[in-house]
Formats: sequence, C-alpha cells, structure tokens
Amino acid sequence: MSSILIVFIKEFRENLRDRRTLLSALILGPLLGPLLFALALSLNIEQGAAKSDRPVPLAVSHTDRAPNLLDFLHQYGVEVKPIDVEDVGARSAIREHRETLVLLIPERFGARLDSGEPSPLALYADSSDPSNGRNLTRVRVLLEQYGVLISRLRIQARGVDPLVLSPIVVQDVDVSTPAGRSVLILGTLSYLMLLTMLMGGMYLAIDTTAGERERGSLEALLTVPVRRQDLIYGKIFATCTYMMISLSLTVIAFALVLRHVGLERLGMSVNFGPLVALKVVLFVVPLVPLGAALMTIVAAFTRSYREAQTYLGLVLLVPTLPLVFASTLGLRPTLGLMAVPSLSQHFLITSLLRDEPVSALFVTVSVVVTLTVGGALMMLAGRLYDREALLG
Amino acid sequence: MIEARSLQKSFGKVTAVRDVSLRANDGRITGLLGPNGAGKSTTLRILYTVLRPDGGDAVIDGVSVTGNPLEARRHIGVLSHGAGIYPNLTARENILYFGALYGLSRQERERRTTQLIELLEMGEFADRPAKGFSQGQRIKAALARAIIHRPRNVLLDEPTNGLDVMAVRALRRLLTRLKEEGHCLLFSSHVMQEVAALCDEVIVIAHGTVVATGTPENIRVQTGESSLEDAFVRLIGTGEGLG
Repeated sequence: MSSILIVFIKEFRENLRDRRTLLSALILGPLLGPLLFALALSLNIEQGAAKSDRPVPLAVSHTDRAPNLLDFLHQYGVEVKPIDVEDVGARSAIREHRETLVLLIPERFGARLDSGEPSPLALYADSSDPSNGRNLTRVRVLLEQYGVLISRLRIQARGVDPLVLSPIVVQDVDVSTPAGRSVLILGTLSYLMLLTMLMGGMYLAIDTTAGERERGSLEALLTVPVRRQDLIYGKIFATCTYMMISLSLTVIAFALVLRHVGLERLGMSVNFGPLVALKVVLFVVPLVPLGAALMTIVAAFTRSYREAQTYLGLVLLVPTLPLVFASTLGLRPTLGLMAVPSLSQHFLITSLLRDEPVSALFVTVSVVVTLTVGGALMMLAGRLYDREALLG
Repeated sequence: MIEARSLQKSFGKVTAVRDVSLRANDGRITGLLGPNGAGKSTTLRILYTVLRPDGGDAVIDGVSVTGNPLEARRHIGVLSHGAGIYPNLTARENILYFGALYGLSRQERERRTTQLIELLEMGEFADRPAKGFSQGQRIKAALARAIIHRPRNVLLDEPTNGLDVMAVRALRRLLTRLKEEGHCLLFSSHVMQEVAALCDEVIVIAHGTVVATGTPENIRVQTGESSLEDAFVRLIGTGEGLG
C-alpha cells in the first residue's frame, strides 16, 4: 500500500471521530447554511407578498368633512377608522402607538376646495418607525393622486384638455427574465457553496499540520521511512475528501430546500434539479485541491492551532473575494475571467442555475486553470514540508 | 550501532551543537547526559534525521543520516520528546499506523502490535482512545509505536519526563530487556540518577560539545569526585542549572 494512501486513510478515519471536524464539515456548513438561506428568503417573499395586499389602516378625524376623499381612499384599499381628535390628540395617538397613521381634515376643507383655494391636509406619522414606511408612502401617493384627479376635473371644467398637464409620460420597460432577476440571490448561493466547501476542510487542514505539531506527533511521524512530500500529500487528499463531502451535501441541501421556497412568487425561477446539482458539483470540484493546498500551506506555517484558526479564517475569505468584485462591478463571464479560480466557478454556477447555455470552452478553461494552480500549490506544500522550519 | 562525527548545528545565531562525536554500541544502553539547553535534543534530532547537521555526519548501522536518511530511518525507532500520539485513535491504532508506514504487511503489523501490547502491559487501555491517557500510558503507546518494526537502534528523548515511579521502573525493565536482545539504546536525560542507574555508557554534553565519555564509574574517577553528581557538576562548569 502506498504511503500516501496510508496517511490518507488514517487522517480520514481519525477526523471522522473528531466532533469539531464533523460538526463543521458535515452538519453546520452544509445544512445550516441552506436552511438559514431558505428561511431568510421565504420570510422575505412572505412579507413582500403580504404587504402589498394588506389594507392600509388609517385613522381619520372629522370624516364628515371630506366624504368624497374617503370614498376614494376606500376604493384603493385604505381602511378608514374614524376618530375624533385635533392636532394635540393626533400627535399623542401616534406617540403612544395607538395609531400608526392619522389624517386630520381641517374645518372648511370642502369650502376651500370649492373656491379653488389649496386645502391643507395634516398626515401624522412616525417616520422613524420602519414598519410604517410602506403605508405612509402609499397613503401619501393616494392623497396626491386625489389632488391630481381634482385638478384634472377643474381644468376640464374650464374647457382645457387635461392632457396638457402631462407633458411627459415615463414608461418602465423591464426586460429582465424571471431567472435573471434572481442574480443577487444566486450570487449569495454560489458564495455560500464555496464557503461551505472550504469550511469543510478547514479543521482537517489545521489538525494535520499545526495540530499535529502542537500535539508533538509530527516529530515521530517524520522519523518513518516515508518521503515528507508523501506525508503531506496524504493529508491534503484527506482534506480534499472532506471538502468534497461538504460540497456535495451543501449542493444537495440547497437543491432540496429551494424547491420549498416559493421563488416564483418573486418572479424568479431557479433551475435546480438533480442533473443541475450534479453539474454544479462537477464544476466546483476542481477548486477543491486548490483550497485544500492553500489552507494546508497557511496552517503549516502557523505556530499553534489557535493561530492557524485565525489565519485560516482570513484564507476562507480569499477565494470569495473575486465574487465580491464580480457582483459590485457587475462582471459578465469572459474567457479571461474564466481563468480566475473561484470566480469562474461562480460564473458557472450562476449560468447553470439561470438556465443559460454553458460554453464548453469556458468550462475547459475554468477546470484546467483551477486544477493547474491547485497542483502547483500542492507541490509547493510538498516542498515546504521538506524544510526544517516546519517543525517550529 | 550509532556513530556520529563532529556534528554541528546552528539555528540562526544560536549554536545548539558545536562539535559532537559519539558512539553507541549494540547491546549497550548509552546515556546522553547534560543540562537543559546543552544540545542533547538537537543531537538526537540529527541522529533520527529530523534535522540535517550543518557539518559532520552520523552513521547508523553503516547508513549515513545525511546521505540516505530514508534508509537510515529503517534502522531506528524513535521516542520523541513528549511522546505525542493521536488522541482520536486508540493505542492499538496508533501503533498499527506506524507499522503500516514502516511497510509491514497487515498480518505482520497486527501480530507485532498484539505482541507489544502484551510486552508493555498495555492490555487494559490498548483499545481505548488515546485522548484520556496518562503520561505513562502515552509513553508506552509511543514506545510500542517506535519499535513496531524491530529496529536495531532505539533513540529516546527524555523518556522518563512526567512519569511516576512505577512507570519509570517499567520503562527501565523494558530498556534492559531490549539491551539484552542486543539492541543499541541511546537516550537523553538531564537526571543524573536516571543515567547512573541504567547506563553502561555515559556521554556528558555541555555547551554543544562532549565533555566526557565512559562508564559512570569511569567518569567519577576521571574527575576525581566522590559521586557522579559532583563529577557532573564539575564537568559542565559551575553556574549551570540542572533543570
């Protein structure tokens, strides 16, 4: 049996018994991430859907002074609750949270309208209350619309075409496809997948290097008649395996969970069947050796387990940096960008989920470059293990 | 047999080993005695090929540690400082792992492991995870691991550190037994009584150089002191702590 295989089996088995590794590689990352993601998403959807349908509560004082206005508001889904207050009473009703919105109709409201004078309407609300913003905006828009309506009627009554009041009409033309609209969500999705994959190998990378040195077992291990590179390769392969398990689990979890989130209600469709899930895993797997070798190299240089944890926390961010750039700069996949590990995987994941055609050339460039960089890092790790500085 | 010639090793500006030549014969227990920081561990680490010397060489059963470290490792078993073993593996698995790395067949390493567990009286804890082991149990497991491949030469770095009296006695019995089987044993210690009780040959190291060699009795006579302890203090110079 080759020495690499012996080391691999031992590291794999030993870490299977380590609760911390198991928790982070197989449970917390792969399952908790998708669940939280789905929860946040469905809450968002629920709220968005519910808020637009729900009637807007509005307390109105002196309802008898503006019956037409109230009819208009009622028509557009405002639930009018008559109360009897003046300025002071309206303020305290808001402050004491008895009401969220109070409309105060002044005396002579109707008379002023009739004579063509501007009629003030007082709308009381607490603008610092975020739950209120939507309703406030809606009532204000309705009141303005009512004003526009009256002005049109007045103009018409004077024999002028009300269209002269609208010199410009802006038309919103939204050309995004339902799947395309989910780009932010998909970006988060690929970020979470890459992060979970790295986390799956993090504790192993530390345990097999800094951990082994701290326990004092490294010294004995280096006295066996095995090339030091082979020792580190075995360890890196074990790290890779945990990362692959972590990646597969998280992709499966996402695929399952997203089915139960009503993305269509936000006008999005995510294409995440078993075949797509398999492709996602296949496209991301080339990133595994790169991540494992990178984490192992960094962990090998630290003095202790704790120090390694700190540095690897930072390393976890490195492969996710390109994603941040991509989303802030609005980058689109090009052949050059496909040569950037982690960014290319992000593009491939989003293209797959958006049901866009994936170019074979892009896939080839991504896979070849990522594997090459990963291989180079592994060789570097092997070289470093030959140095005495490693013993600390 | 272990033979070192003019070993030198520095770490940056600190010279750990200035000039160490020594010889440890088969069927003998050789003690490397010296205060903390004298260069004992560094010398041992060069001999068991974890460190490369800046100058000089050592030969183990005819194999140079600088020329062919991989082959030299086949001839030695090492109990390193602190005896680190894998906490999530049982003692038996720890031993088997090294057996596999030394290239023993499955059958052979299983038989040999069972044999060592019996020899070192580890039966009671052999199949428990090493996490909760006492220092004595850890050292036993690490020692079994070190000699799984029946090396002719066994190097031990401060093996009695942290052991209670019973464990020290058990270790002594084992080392004596290995000696009787014809092994070459080389161990380091800063505890005089330890060395006096066990060693056939003593090498006293101070400031990275060998200051005396011989049987304990020999060394006492050489220095003209009445006890080995006085001889030791005289050899390493005054003002040097013994730790």
